[in-house]
Amino acid sequence: MSVVTNPVTMPATHPEAGKEDNYLTHSSGFLSWALTLDHKRIGMMYLVGVMSAFALGGVLALMIRLHLWTPNLEANQAWLLNKTYNQVFTLHGAVMVFLFIIPSIPAALGNFLLPIMLGTKDVAFPRLNLGSFYLWIAGAIFFLFSLFATGLDTGWTFYTPYSIESQGPVIAATLGVFILGFSSIFTGLNFIVTINTMRPPGMTWFRMPLFLWAVYSTSIIQVLATPVLGITMLLLAAEKLLGIGIFDSRLNGDPIAFQHFFWFYSHPAVYIMILPAMGIISELMSVHSHKGIFGYRMIAYSSVAIALFGFLVWGHHMFTSGMADVTTIVFSALTFTVSIPSAIKVFNWIGTMYQGTVSLNTPMVYALAFIFLFTIGGLTGLFLGALSTDMHLHATYFVIAHFHYVMMGGTLIAFLGGLFHWWPKMTGKMFNDFGGILSASIIFVGFNLTFLPQFVLGTRGMPRRYASYKPEFQLLHQLSTIGALMLGVGLLVALLVLLHSLFYGSKAPKNPWGGATLEWECSSPPPHDNFSSAPTVGDPYDFSKIEFDPKTGSYFKKK
Amino acid sequence: MTTAVAPSPTDHEHDAHHEHPAWLAHHFDDAEQQFDAGKLGMWIFLVTEVLFFSGMFCAYALYRNRNPEVFEFCSTFLNEKLGAINTGVLLFSSLTMAWAVRASQLKQTKTLIGMLGATLGCAAIFLGVKAVEYSHKWGLGLFPGKYYVSQVEGAPHSTVPYLWYLCIPALILLVAFVLYYVYAFVSASKFHLRVAGPLVVAASCFFGGVKLGQVLEAEESHGDSHASAGADAHGHEHSDHAGHDHAKEVSAPSVNLLGEAEVVTHDVAVSPAETNTPESNVNQKGMAGLFFSIYYCMTGVHAFHILGGMAVITWLIVKSARFEFHSKYYGPVDNVGLYWHLVDFIWIYLFPLLYLIT
Amino acid sequence: MIPTFLADINDTFWFPKQASTFAHDVDWLYNAIVYISVAFFVPIVAAMIYFTVKYRERPGYKGSFEALHNTTIEVLWSVIPTFIAGWIFWQGLLGYLDMQSPPPAGTEDIKVIAKKWSWNFKYPNGAESPELHVPVGRPSKMIMRSEDVNHGFYVPSFRVKRDIIPGRFHYSWFTPTLEGTYDLFCSEYCGDNHSTMNTKVFVESEEAYAKFLAEAIKEPEDIVERGKWLYERKGCKTCHYAGKEGSAAGPGPSYNGSWGKPVPLVKGADASGKETLFDEEYVLNSIMDPDRQRRKGYEGAGNMQSYKGQLKIEQVEALAAFIKSLESETPPAKK
Repeated sequence: MSVVTNPVTMPATHPEAGKEDNYLTHSSGFLSWALTLDHKRIGMMYLVGVMSAFALGGVLALMIRLHLWTPNLEANQAWLLNKTYNQVFTLHGAVMVFLFIIPSIPAALGNFLLPIMLGTKDVAFPRLNLGSFYLWIAGAIFFLFSLFATGLDTGWTFYTPYSIESQGPVIAATLGVFILGFSSIFTGLNFIVTINTMRPPGMTWFRMPLFLWAVYSTSIIQVLATPVLGITMLLLAAEKLLGIGIFDSRLNGDPIAFQHFFWFYSHPAVYIMILPAMGIISELMSVHSHKGIFGYRMIAYSSVAIALFGFLVWGHHMFTSGMADVTTIVFSALTFTVSIPSAIKVFNWIGTMYQGTVSLNTPMVYALAFIFLFTIGGLTGLFLGALSTDMHLHATYFVIAHFHYVMMGGTLIAFLGGLFHWWPKMTGKMFNDFGGILSASIIFVGFNLTFLPQFVLGTRGMPRRYASYKPEFQLLHQLSTIGALMLGVGLLVALLVLLHSLFYGSKAPKNPWGGATLEWECSSPPPHDNFSSAPTVGDPYDFSKIEFDPKTGSYFKKK
Repeated sequence: MTTAVAPSPTDHEHDAHHEHPAWLAHHFDDAEQQFDAGKLGMWIFLVTEVLFFSGMFCAYALYRNRNPEVFEFCSTFLNEKLGAINTGVLLFSSLTMAWAVRASQLKQTKTLIGMLGATLGCAAIFLGVKAVEYSHKWGLGLFPGKYYVSQVEGAPHSTVPYLWYLCIPALILLVAFVLYYVYAFVSASKFHLRVAGPLVVAASCFFGGVKLGQVLEAEESHGDSHASAGADAHGHEHSDHAGHDHAKEVSAPSVNLLGEAEVVTHDVAVSPAETNTPESNVNQKGMAGLFFSIYYCMTGVHAFHILGGMAVITWLIVKSARFEFHSKYYGPVDNVGLYWHLVDFIWIYLFPLLYLIT
Repeated sequence: MIPTFLADINDTFWFPKQASTFAHDVDWLYNAIVYISVAFFVPIVAAMIYFTVKYRERPGYKGSFEALHNTTIEVLWSVIPTFIAGWIFWQGLLGYLDMQSPPPAGTEDIKVIAKKWSWNFKYPNGAESPELHVPVGRPSKMIMRSEDVNHGFYVPSFRVKRDIIPGRFHYSWFTPTLEGTYDLFCSEYCGDNHSTMNTKVFVESEEAYAKFLAEAIKEPEDIVERGKWLYERKGCKTCHYAGKEGSAAGPGPSYNGSWGKPVPLVKGADASGKETLFDEEYVLNSIMDPDRQRRKGYEGAGNMQSYKGQLKIEQVEALAAFIKSLESETPPAKK
């Protein structure tokens, strides 16, 4: 599997290997990567892993969109059989959620950056960190098995009782989710302990970069919510194996209980996906505006607030399931409380640009695209949080469009922005900025073309998870498919720009963007132990001392 | 890529530079930071464990709230004596574990290994008793969910030797540990002897637990069969237990319901005419079966945690036998101790919630 | 086929027809939120673009590092959205309570049975139909249950949706306001042919509705017609192809050209023969006790369920006669 072998190519691209000591050249050989305890190498391996998973999920997404080019009213003339279509959307959802979005930012970028931004040598438990990675690999193998086995067709939500009677490899998939859950828990645990106990002298809580606040809040959710998913998946596997009946209506069990158990994890999981993305945007907006973040404390507190409120709103996935009226109303009210901290963050990001010095380079373009798309995603959440409109919109394409605006327009765009932002630090190579901006633009247009029509489809009553549709929806579906293809092209361009930089990119300076956080104090790529001497910790958003040095092409901190 | 690496500080040089002792990981500044990190990590892990179990406690609360009579009916199948013994055994093991932590701080290695061995032994006794409980229920057909067999008076017990199946892994381990002990004895390795001793004792404890469980289970089923048999001819065989049997009859009236329809001493009693209407009968897959699903899930997951605990305690014994622990480095013992107390603590909730309903 | 945004004058760009009393309130709140969203979105994006241009990095310009905090504005942009969110919640709550409150007296109580992958509606007079008929201007109450997995009752034009979870009864009510034909979708994923589990809602005048009820209760006299009538109403059509109707892709075998041919069987409870003849006996077994003689190639997830208790023996006879009448039809082309 490419996940394991790809990291080997990383050091090979370094012509000057042997001349300087960095984490890539520190040691060589397959085992030096496979058994590494270095958080940076583990982060890079995660990066390759999650991007492979994203590619797989993306291909599945394109299959969905291509199938929906025609209404498919004659099921036997359609490109995919109904059954196959169901398997494709199930795996698209499961791969994207469990293998890509959840580990993407925390495990890949977070692992690489957290200790460096904090000013420590490593995370608190490096062995556990490597263990998390191999748990991820093991979970991914279970998922690949269910991809090539008879086909998982339950939807990524595994709702009972359908998942109990489905012939697909539900047990393999649930065990895969169970294992991935532990990978996620251990990563979160590691991060919390690192931030709590290993901050160097001078790194107070309010001198932490906002990315760390976001990762910290994320870790709290990972640790508190994921075990509940673990037990739910275990009970579902037991349901299939032993017929325990807890979620099976035929044995007097309660399918609604499954939904509660499932969403108790999976709603907070939405914040596992979006909070670190918000952290990245906070960094990107301030560094590329060359100005401190506006309302630091509000952003920090709102991360924690989102993490905590996120636990109280899972019921909004079940408004139409027949919960008691009071429960439904309380969940709706709580849902609206989560919207406020997110809104505050958006305003603060805009405020950050005010009177700054805005460099419109690739990471910044991604960050601006994020704000545009995430705002749409957030605002459309209002329609779904309000009870009477949700009665109409629940389980339609409106929901699909809403969460893709948040998950993909939010998390994926932030992930790409962050990847471009820290790419010089991670690989020591500068990428082609024009290519990067081009990729961002294609992705932005393609994305809106894909998902804006889906809002209309949903409002007009197109239910989700349908392999066929009424002919009058065809135009909107075709627009969406064209958008998806465009999106695919944009992502390919982004990939090419990054790959190109590995081979032909110029050497990255220490601080190419003018960041004030600690990761820009160490060389690019960082040395094995991150800092040769203990870094001096200052205000992470004090840009008044950052100056550009045209000779080295790098920013530096005035003494 | 070439293997030529520029002169750079290797880990060893680096450690020497900071005067890091071997037990202190290179990325920690000092012993205190390492201990704090380990401790916080373990506490967070315990939080995840509590949440992991909380899912099942929620399921328990949901179904008990919905069908309280099912839980009352079913808990009479659980032998509270065995549960109580196991509670005692686990509480005692918590004591020995705490003692082990103290011994590791004081560098009393002999006591440390002894206490860890005792904890391991208690865990094995617990599992032995559990094996008797499980196999007894399987023999009666008290399986989870859709495999639940409605309990009918006089139905033959299953002849499948479930208890043997459960004992086989323990037997294999016992043989392996005895062989290891013999090897250690022959090679006269003090280290191996220190490790093998506790393991042999612990593996034997499992069978002690099985014996204990069988004795108590046998007592209980004597009482049961007599009470429920009523005018059954078998009653004569137990006439010498008359006093005990009477007490049993009063304490567990619902046992009488297993088919003796005329004994209507309990609100869920069913007359023969009503047995066809499913709602009035708890003795079926969707009712009692669901209770046993919850019972097996909760106690089973708990038992897996005991097994996990035993594995890490064995690891601690190996480390102790190498004299690794001292007043500045005893974090692993302390953290495993925390974990062990949590496992104990969960059982303290499981016991009343499952066994002591009526 | 020309796709169009404006399929009907009553359809708007956003919404299908408003055909129940709830629709107006839902659409009103939806539109209100659209305006609120635009009121937030446009200034945010405008400010973003304006700042990007005005404060762009350029020779001779250096921004300030000062504006990092402003309590007044931060409080304002926290508190104002809170009130707006509260208002939206309140309006949504009011609309929801309308839907959840007990319906007015005199409802038409219709039993809804959802199963993979068909709908069955039972009317107060005992009539049944695979499409929903409701009288206009009078509240109808759906008493819904599922026979297998989760389903969802969704009529976009009524703005009404309710999950149907097996093992429970679910209720929903609405008052149709506009005569016409509307879509009814299954909104909860229910397996292979989830996307074909949809039907029509006919909102009719009281007279037309009464006439429908009277018609629906009598089965046709002719036995083949009666078989076809049952085929359309009892859910057979969802899985089996017959004549030129029904599900060509299965999951069930086509009726066309089946009669009198040998049927290969899988090993099952009735292991007596590897083949049987497609005759009345086989039809009876397949409908009443399908596990006895499973046809080879059709033993997968979308198994035929038993219709014991739902069909009478005369009705099975009629279905057999219907299948026999299709003896010379050709089965659909398989991909």
